[in-house]
Amino acid sequence: MSAGAASAKLGARVAAPFGRRACRVTRNVASGGYRVFSVLDADGPEPAAGQFYMLSAARGWGGGDGRPYLARAFSVADCDPEPNGVRLDFLVHDVGPGTGRLVALEEGEELWVTGPLGRPFSAPGELSPGAAGAVLVGGGIGVAPLALWRRRLSGIGIPSRVLLGYRDRERSGGQDLFRCSEMRIASEDGHQGHRGYVTDLLAVLLDGDDAQSAAVYSCGPPAMLEAVRAMCAERGVSCELAMEAPMACGFGACFGCAVPLAGGDGYLRLCVDGPVVRGDEVASAL
Amino acid sequence: MNFCGIELAHPIVNGSGTFDAIAARRAFGDELLERFPFSAFVSKTITPEPRPGNPPPRLWETPSGMINSIGLPGKGLAGFVESDLPELAELPVPLIVSVMGTSHEEFASLVEGIGSRDEVAALELNVSCPNVHSGLVVGESPEEARSLLSALRPLTSKPLIVKLTPNVHPAPIAEAAVEGGADALSLINTLRAVAIDPATGRPWLGAERGGLSGPAVRAIALNQVREVSAVVDVPIVAMGGVASGRHAADLIGEGASLVAVGTESFRDPAAGSRIAAELDEILRVASSA
Repeated sequence: MSAGAASAKLGARVAAPFGRRACRVTRNVASGGYRVFSVLDADGPEPAAGQFYMLSAARGWGGGDGRPYLARAFSVADCDPEPNGVRLDFLVHDVGPGTGRLVALEEGEELWVTGPLGRPFSAPGELSPGAAGAVLVGGGIGVAPLALWRRRLSGIGIPSRVLLGYRDRERSGGQDLFRCSEMRIASEDGHQGHRGYVTDLLAVLLDGDDAQSAAVYSCGPPAMLEAVRAMCAERGVSCELAMEAPMACGFGACFGCAVPLAGGDGYLRLCVDGPVVRGDEVASAL
Repeated sequence: MNFCGIELAHPIVNGSGTFDAIAARRAFGDELLERFPFSAFVSKTITPEPRPGNPPPRLWETPSGMINSIGLPGKGLAGFVESDLPELAELPVPLIVSVMGTSHEEFASLVEGIGSRDEVAALELNVSCPNVHSGLVVGESPEEARSLLSALRPLTSKPLIVKLTPNVHPAPIAEAAVEGGADALSLINTLRAVAIDPATGRPWLGAERGGLSGPAVRAIALNQVREVSAVVDVPIVAMGGVASGRHAADLIGEGASLVAVGTESFRDPAAGSRIAAELDEILRVASSA
């Protein structure tokens, strides 16, 4: 476990340096059907797991049709202190003009970075007094923040069980970020692991005798997150969800990332009140 | 520099609703206060009662800009005064509070309730909402604008700034607001806009319609500031797609006293400081030439 993470309380929000800063891309490699790119953040702190960064390429951001224009939000998938700063790893899949530019980043290019932002994951014991372990449920590109969370939990001796789900071979990757062998995988096309949903694996696990001794942490597509939220709610298991919403700024200015609160009492702003929320805070993860 | 009797360190402020200083302090800590990017802080619009805001989705990226339909979420007047005002008073710059009502009575309660506070340097009137009595949007009708300002002017000694919409020809509204007693004008607000969901062919935004901002509207802002500054003598707070000191200088060249940064702050939270420094350099070179 890194010194930066050791000095900060697990699960405590790390404040970002004010403004955006140019960071150098140091690596861009394939990870299954996704890419993992790394930047060296010379001036930033080590983030907490679950926090995110707003990213935009310093060059070529805004192509012929004027998009991408806004920065894009990415959870940090891994990080380590290095001699000249902190290395940040991001998992990306090419699905639009912003991600299309990011997957093409080359070593040495500059990336505008703002962060770390938002509310991170909380330790199992904070979610539920009886929880001594963690169950991490990731789907698709959403496996990213769980990889860093597994490392941070492992660093203080909290065991994690990792369940990852993918749609198909092209939309899979990021398993190498977990640096552990004890993962259970599900894929809808059956190209690896259990043929079906990752929530099938979660159901088996939660129906076991020791379900109450763990807290569930999940990130992935909305339908998967909602299934996880509902399964945990039915069984009285505490869970945190790392959610996603369209976001222009990442620091509470634009009010775009509204997510309905449980109880119908207005909205939370996912960028500052999340992106990690307790399952019982939101009306739905859809 | 001086704006309506308020001393400001430089001409760059924020557009209302484009920077939440309280949320930003959660994200960036007290470094925000040490490096505050604006010379005055304009609050998001305060309404008489709490509002949840519009249903999501609320954003759409456009070529060189974005459409938003946020719907003025907020705690209402009482909640603002009780919980937000003490935090905003800790900012190192003067505070301008934006308010919106749907009648003269609602506006009056906001202007009296907020204008009487020592923490507040000036008020900005968001007149983009219909008057419930006439059905006319105040900011789109010279008569409504003149009548509202005449009613509010006696209620406070603080400067009243009227935010003009680009969705109607702004010069007649500007003249009427100044006749009614406006001390300054700000423009442009967002342009009404719609985004279509490619998957359904239906409007993407939860509220169906929103407002366009960003570099896409800059040329329109320049023209409207030019037209308004030609017919009024009060200070103008100009905004619309400003992303550099050059853009700010252009608006000042068309008659603006202050320039507000909005959407660019979403891309770079410290954009205001950068733009102020770039503007300072441009003005210094110009004055020495």
